[in-house]
Amino acid sequence: MAQKETKMVSKKNNKPKKNIVLMQGNEAIARGALAAGVNFFGGYPITPSTEVAEIMSEELPKRGGKFMQMEDEIASIAVIIGASLAGAKAMTATSGPGFSLMQEGIGFAKITETPCVVVNVMRGGPSTGLPTKPSQADLMQTRWGTHGDGPAIVLYPSSVKESYELAIRAVNLAEKYRTCVVLLSDEVLGHMREAVEIPDIKESQIINRIKPTVPPEWYAHYEQNQKYLSPVASFGEGYRFHVTGLAHDKFGFPTNKSSEVQIMMDRLKKKITHNIRDLVQIESFMMDDAKIAIFAAGITAQAAKKAVVDARAEGIKVGLLRPLTIWPFPDSAVEKMLKRVDTVIVPELNQGQLIHEIERLAKDKKDSKIIRIQRFDGELISPDDVFKAIKEAN
Amino acid sequence: MAAVPQKTIHKYLRHNKKFPHVWCPGCSNGIVLGTIIRAIDDLKLERDDIAMVSGIGCSSRMPVYVDFNTLHTLHGRAIPFATGIKMFKPHMKVIVITGDGDATAIGGNHFIHAARRNIDLTVILINNNIYGMTGGQYSPTTPHDDVATTMPYGNIDNPFNICDLAIGAGATFVSRTTAYHAIEAQNMIKKAIAHEGFSLVEVISACPVIYGKLNKKGNAPKMMNQMKDNSIPLAAVNKLPKEKVEGKIIRGILKEVDRPEYTKAYQDLVDKLNNK
Repeated sequence: MAQKETKMVSKKNNKPKKNIVLMQGNEAIARGALAAGVNFFGGYPITPSTEVAEIMSEELPKRGGKFMQMEDEIASIAVIIGASLAGAKAMTATSGPGFSLMQEGIGFAKITETPCVVVNVMRGGPSTGLPTKPSQADLMQTRWGTHGDGPAIVLYPSSVKESYELAIRAVNLAEKYRTCVVLLSDEVLGHMREAVEIPDIKESQIINRIKPTVPPEWYAHYEQNQKYLSPVASFGEGYRFHVTGLAHDKFGFPTNKSSEVQIMMDRLKKKITHNIRDLVQIESFMMDDAKIAIFAAGITAQAAKKAVVDARAEGIKVGLLRPLTIWPFPDSAVEKMLKRVDTVIVPELNQGQLIHEIERLAKDKKDSKIIRIQRFDGELISPDDVFKAIKEAN
Repeated sequence: MAAVPQKTIHKYLRHNKKFPHVWCPGCSNGIVLGTIIRAIDDLKLERDDIAMVSGIGCSSRMPVYVDFNTLHTLHGRAIPFATGIKMFKPHMKVIVITGDGDATAIGGNHFIHAARRNIDLTVILINNNIYGMTGGQYSPTTPHDDVATTMPYGNIDNPFNICDLAIGAGATFVSRTTAYHAIEAQNMIKKAIAHEGFSLVEVISACPVIYGKLNKKGNAPKMMNQMKDNSIPLAAVNKLPKEKVEGKIIRGILKEVDRPEYTKAYQDLVDKLNNK
């Protein structure tokens, strides 16, 4: 006990200066990724994500890391997967059109279980759409964009500070789960500036992929185990394994055998479904006694939070449930919410995506009322918009 | 006791895994694989230091058979995947195995940009003038008037000269040979791997089962002979009358120059920024 007290006193005396920096969301993503150990970036310029690449091009060579501007987004996803197979912590950043071009490569990262991070700073679509305006219309694409079944880990911050934190988490999860993790942002979040207190990142908070401890002749690139997470060797380190986008056996060699394909596909799915608790992050704000819940993510959740505070001031029992992990979807938290509240308001910057998931989980609860607020004209949903919906629902 | 057979290739093949191979009888891909292995053996390279990267297509099935760091990627994308490996581990020898469709149709953009960058990749492009794996559709190198399943009335399209394309894009080592000239191919591949910068070895190959059958080129030995008869070495080009050169496959090292290599240039930048 005494020791503990002394420690506290000494801490007070040498209070470390807080490291507060005014920065943009895109910068926070770049700085967070660097803090997480990203040492390879390949990308192609696209509004509104370009600042991420610009900062990486400036910072990486100073740290001995590698930056490459590729000829297109297809090459960008390919080059980061190649670098990752050679051992890099690799990342790219893009927006809608580029994200569409990357889909085949994202599927390759998933089936080959190669860690990498793709940042998608969302803008209005479809096609060239609204390059300089925010949107949340790629949420379903992050889940189902690449062909075939497959897992998805997708994170979506709702502030600049959280962009920094979730960039670190995205890199960590990519390394741990050996897959392509998508970090979402949007045009407003990416370009807005906030004072961010840069946390002291301890080494223990950084996850590096597990290296094999067996000799090369014992090594299987996709070793089976109960947690579906297995060690991964890098090219050039004596293991000489094979990687293919074809269905493969545990060594990585192509196979058509249904029994082996089944094992591979199960593994891709179960490494996510068996680790939901580790993957899902959700913020529950003023939900304890709430009768009305707002379910919102990203920039829209900022407006929703303000509306909740304003409505609470008027005595309305309303709260906010905010997923920081979009995929895997926080099913159990939403189910709990649906049990407790009468009304769920789902504001989103698209023609209805998150709401499908809420409706899916509410299908047996005929008494829950689900209200949609959807905006897809390039403007944000304001706190007032949400506040009005709360008042009407109350 | 009879001698135990031990050929150079046995040191490099994944014998216990993936044979028989997928290639048709008479296909040149096996010959090219043999020349690559012998070139690597001649250069005394460590297997751990070699990455073999391919796209999609018949020739792109090659990496699975050899005991290197092997990567079978997406259609057309072998070069940017290989670029990532080379960029992160510049000490590795990165060899790209690709075909005419993979490298110059779907992957054309990556091909020219890697050449422009002059990144140290060795691209071995096996050109069989057709999409073999999907059953015989015309490729960017199918000759004019030839038949393909998607040009049933004869090809109205015009073929690429792949070496000219690479030269124009800035490749620093460009060469061409055929699968008939296996020793020549082996020597070219050795030079290409040793060359510091983007290098291309185009190997004209025989596809008797698909292309040959569609265009009545005869069986595999006949097609091998055609490669012998229809090609001339670069050194002979100036000595022969124009009519004897026209339409022939020119074999040889068409370009070999020194220009700063990309990963080296990047390392120089890193060193400069860190005042080394």
